[in-house]
Amino acid sequence: MSILARASADALREHLADAPPLPAHTRLKGPDTGLVMLRGRAGGDGTPFNLMEATATRCTVSMGQAMGHATVLGRDAAQAELAAAIDAALQLPDLRAPLLAAVIEPLAAAQDAARAETARKAEATRVNFFTMVAMR
Amino acid sequence: MYVSVKGGEQAIANAHAWLAERRRGDAEQPEITAAQIAEQLGLAVDRVMAEGACLDRDLAALALKQARGDGTEAAFLLRAYRNTLPRFGYTAPLDTGAMQVQRRVSATYKDLPGGQVLGPSFDYTHRLLDVALAGQNGEPPPAPLAEAGVEPMPRVTGMLAQEGLMARDTASDAEPPDLTREGLRFPANRALALQAMARGDEGFLLALGYSTQRGYGNSHPFVGEIRMGAVPVEFTPPELGFAIDIGDVVVTECQMVNQFAGNAETPPQFTRGYGLVPGQNERKAMAMSLVDRALRAKELGEELTAPAQDAEFVLYHCDNVESTGFVEHLKLPHYVDFQSELEKLRGIRARWAADRGETP
Repeated sequence: MSILARASADALREHLADAPPLPAHTRLKGPDTGLVMLRGRAGGDGTPFNLMEATATRCTVSMGQAMGHATVLGRDAAQAELAAAIDAALQLPDLRAPLLAAVIEPLAAAQDAARAETARKAEATRVNFFTMVAMR
Repeated sequence: MYVSVKGGEQAIANAHAWLAERRRGDAEQPEITAAQIAEQLGLAVDRVMAEGACLDRDLAALALKQARGDGTEAAFLLRAYRNTLPRFGYTAPLDTGAMQVQRRVSATYKDLPGGQVLGPSFDYTHRLLDVALAGQNGEPPPAPLAEAGVEPMPRVTGMLAQEGLMARDTASDAEPPDLTREGLRFPANRALALQAMARGDEGFLLALGYSTQRGYGNSHPFVGEIRMGAVPVEFTPPELGFAIDIGDVVVTECQMVNQFAGNAETPPQFTRGYGLVPGQNERKAMAMSLVDRALRAKELGEELTAPAQDAEFVLYHCDNVESTGFVEHLKLPHYVDFQSELEKLRGIRARWAADRGETP
């Protein structure tokens, strides 16, 4: 779910094209957009407080015997519905392996690569202190 | 008595048409898109999200476009939109320790574990206008890359706490109050104050934070740590009953370390002020942490002498959408109120003149 939540609807469609077609699904709820209240902790590790809200979109679908659900940050209804459908399909024994190979694994690799690039840019701005000692 | 005044519909419609024309500006120039604002005026977008108290980059960018770049008006638009949406629930508290750090600096330890990472910062720029940026000057060279290690970045305040030199924030899981549900009540606890400041006006908090440094409230702060980066958001949908990761938000966190003299029960130690704001905005995170510490004066048994220590003063006035609403309502018709003031003043003046034997 963490991988689907970070993938755009376009990216999901693109990778689904490489997988066997998903069976039809029925929308049980949504997709609808609302808010989640983000929380923080005082001092980073103390008492929780309400920080502020963020938009989120959720969708619940059924696909045969399987139920799928997605809640994702943002307002992309297509992303939430596709993520819920993929969540359902991953529970179907015939589809799980091909979906993992065609959708989840490549998306995970792309997201890991993006994170690694950010980490490498940050690393390039690491300060290496040297101390000048005047000795006479 | 309430007297309604009608009229002006045509004037209003025409004013809005002119506003739309002004928003567009010179038609010779290409129209800016919300996507361009989200990408290229990202820090303005971050500020609108913070003061609009709603994290959604695309909506904040649209609000900025609609508001012709007026940040407070844009925050107002975002708050109004947010009011139309249902609330799905509360997320788990963000774990800023699990942040994918883009920037992390400390003014208290040079060689802290995990090191100092500058990130995309204005610090150390020369603040000289770059005339080359005036036009479209193509793509900048890509930012350099370096092989990244996996050294963890513990919070500085945790390091001090281990030595017993830092007051710990009590980690409870008490349900925090929610400003959007109950409104401000006093005495306000720290959780409520942090929520109010997180959406508070950056300029107001900056001025108050600055006042604590200049002697209005006894503070001697150090930046223990500032960090900025993406943090995963965990949410438990009622449909599932277990927590799922629903995406990342970028936040800036500031831990301000302050001296504390100690009292009968507590030995002298450091205390901390905390700031957490969405996006990249360390000016506000720092100001918030200064004011958070100042507001803790009462709890720490310090003398209350300064505006920044006065919770009612700070929290009632830090919200710029509320402030602008009450200030700007003064321009709306007050004809009847003013008429009554006029009548009263004429009467008072007549009596004043009569008392001196003058004919008004």
